[in-house]
Amino acid sequence: MQQHETPVLQNKKVGLDVYRMELFAPDVAAQARPGQFLHVSVHTKGRGSDCYDPLLRRPLSVHGVDVKRGAVALLYRVVGRGTALLARVKEGELLDVLGPLGRGFSLPPAGSRVVLVAGGMGVAPLYFLAEELLRFGHEVHFLAGARRLEELYLLGDLLALEEKRPSFKPSFATDDGSYGFCGPVTGLLEVLLAAVKVDRAYACGPRQMLREAAGVLARFGVPGEVSLEERMGCGVGACLSCACRVREAGGFSYRRVCADGPVFAAESVDWEDR
Amino acid sequence: MAKPSLSVEIAGIKMKNPVAAASGTFGFGLEYAPFVDLNRLGAVFVKGITRYPQPGNPPPRLVETPAGVLNAIGLQNPGVEKFVQEILPALRPYDLPVIVNIAGTTVDDYAFVAASLDGLPGVAGLEINISCPNVRHGGMAFGVDPASAALVVGAVREVTGLPLIVKLTPNVTDIVAVAGAVMEAGADALSMINTLLGMSIDVRRRRPALANITGGLSGPAIRPVAVRAVWEVYRALKVPIVGMGGIATAQDALEFIMAGATAVAVGTANLFNPRATVEVIEGLERFLVEEGIGDIRELIGVAHGERGAR
Ligand SMILES: Cc1cc2nc3c(=O)[nH]c(=O)nc-3n(C[C@H](O)[C@H](O)[C@H](O)COP(=O)(O)OP(=O)(O)OC[C@H]3O[C@@H](n4cnc5c(N)ncnc54)[C@H](O)[C@@H]3O)c2cc1C
Ligand SMILES: Cc1cc2nc3c(=O)[nH]c(=O)nc-3n(C[C@H](O)[C@H](O)[C@H](O)COP(=O)(O)O)c2cc1C
Ligand code: FES
Repeated sequence: MQQHETPVLQNKKVGLDVYRMELFAPDVAAQARPGQFLHVSVHTKGRGSDCYDPLLRRPLSVHGVDVKRGAVALLYRVVGRGTALLARVKEGELLDVLGPLGRGFSLPPAGSRVVLVAGGMGVAPLYFLAEELLRFGHEVHFLAGARRLEELYLLGDLLALEEKRPSFKPSFATDDGSYGFCGPVTGLLEVLLAAVKVDRAYACGPRQMLREAAGVLARFGVPGEVSLEERMGCGVGACLSCACRVREAGGFSYRRVCADGPVFAAESVDWEDR
Repeated sequence: MAKPSLSVEIAGIKMKNPVAAASGTFGFGLEYAPFVDLNRLGAVFVKGITRYPQPGNPPPRLVETPAGVLNAIGLQNPGVEKFVQEILPALRPYDLPVIVNIAGTTVDDYAFVAASLDGLPGVAGLEINISCPNVRHGGMAFGVDPASAALVVGAVREVTGLPLIVKLTPNVTDIVAVAGAVMEAGADALSMINTLLGMSIDVRRRRPALANITGGLSGPAIRPVAVRAVWEVYRALKVPIVGMGGIATAQDALEFIMAGATAVAVGTANLFNPRATVEVIEGLERFLVEEGIGDIRELIGVAHGERGAR
């Protein structure tokens, strides 16, 4: 966990409003686990590192690492001012990042069959997790959902991975039926769990989708982990801005998404906290 | 020229430089140990501590605003007992004055927390928070009325010999009146300012952006308000002040010192720049060298001097 001034190796538009950025950060590449994130300054060094608007860093999941090249990849969608500034960053500019931060996904016992459930940008960290799980020889079912075909961000990469790795089994869901299963990705999850026995599940995506996924997993008795999002200040566990409520013996307590998460046991999350 | 002296003393607390981390933005200090050498800081004001553990407010607790943030954490903390048993020992190895920010809903609560911390090794002083805008009872309610503020400070003074720094809210018409009342009641110094009460609406959801509806505004956006508050209180009372509100650079810190602050605290800047405290310290030292000043204390309140002095 540290601060790094990282040269941008690449910042390329890879889909509708979605960019893939690669940073040269050998320490981060060596340490980062799937589910961890970087807290990224949106002002590049020199061009605006003393700029106070927007003020805060932006949390972005580690999307992949290339340890040999010392590279760390992020995959982000432009949704507001901060990510719009990031999209303008040029190759060679310096970005200040903190990380890797947070507690990532826990890996299953050897020889497991797992399912990954991604909604929208949730594919960013889950793709990294899938690569890691495959490396350890697990059977990986990858369910990716989006509103429509254009928003299935890593469609090409997921299909390519399927070609290469027989133990990787992707399926897709779109709300409008433009590709794959017509309906929510949690519908696809139900279909899968009814057909095959799965040891563990991992989910990342919009809150409502995670909530439904947690419900499906509970019904089928499959243990799972979800990666949550919350507004962050420091990103390092100090300011208590990023609270989410979890159930524990005797009641509830607030946990820090940045330091205690972002990954939590699916059954521990109190979805009624807002 | 010899290295300029940065050390100051406030409320009897010796600081190796005038730069502290502000309460609530730096956790218990330990969270920032991977980013800064804590031994370099002048002091740390730890997160507000109450008599009983506090769960804090529901999320969302934070929203970004122009050059600032609105927060409504709600004083989430483990309570004084756990603080003393688990957190304080972890801070002792550092060469760092730890000033404990204390809060409560009743006068008794403040006195209880103060008494629990009295005489403990590793506690350099107390910062009495009568200015938190994010709790329903107590907090800022005490800080907006000179008589109630004095009541809290008097009760704490009775149970502890620790240095007392009273943290004032800017959400008042006459900050000098509150400042005078708490000094009279036994405060050794003042810290100012806590956050400004504010609000933001999420127009897509058509609801307040914070679950708590209102929150406290901090960051560079509030700096001029804070400098004004320090200026007014110093001018009227010439009391020792820890200045804060939007400090991110040495320039900012100098504004407070020249307005009358003996020490300063860096708050929200830690969130976007974990090294902000150390950068402010280094910048102050550079400024003294450049200006040929041997001791930072020469600058305290200089802006009040004759016009056109420089
Ligand atoms: C742990 C974590 C990992 C994430 N990983 C990714 C990722 O890999 N790819 C990706 O595209 N997005 C990711 N997000 C969401 C991303 O942080 C937001 O989309 C981004 O902060 C929006 O910034 P903005 O300035 O463009 O939007 P604005 O709406 O203008 O931002 C205003 C403020 O709200 C905060 N904010 C807005 N949306 C979110 C959100 N969904 N979660 C948390 N804070 C938010 C911003 O950080 C900022 O402080 C992640 C969020 C978290 C918490
Ligand atoms: C997230 C957050 C939490 C805070 N928590 C406390 C607190 O527990 N007690 C307190 O006295 N002030 C608290 N404050 C106020 C700061 O200590 C400081 O007075 C204020 O933010 C102004 O300084 P700044 O603009 O440098 O942040 C908090 C501020 C923020 C942003
Ligand atoms: S963002 Fe500060 S504690 Fe999580």
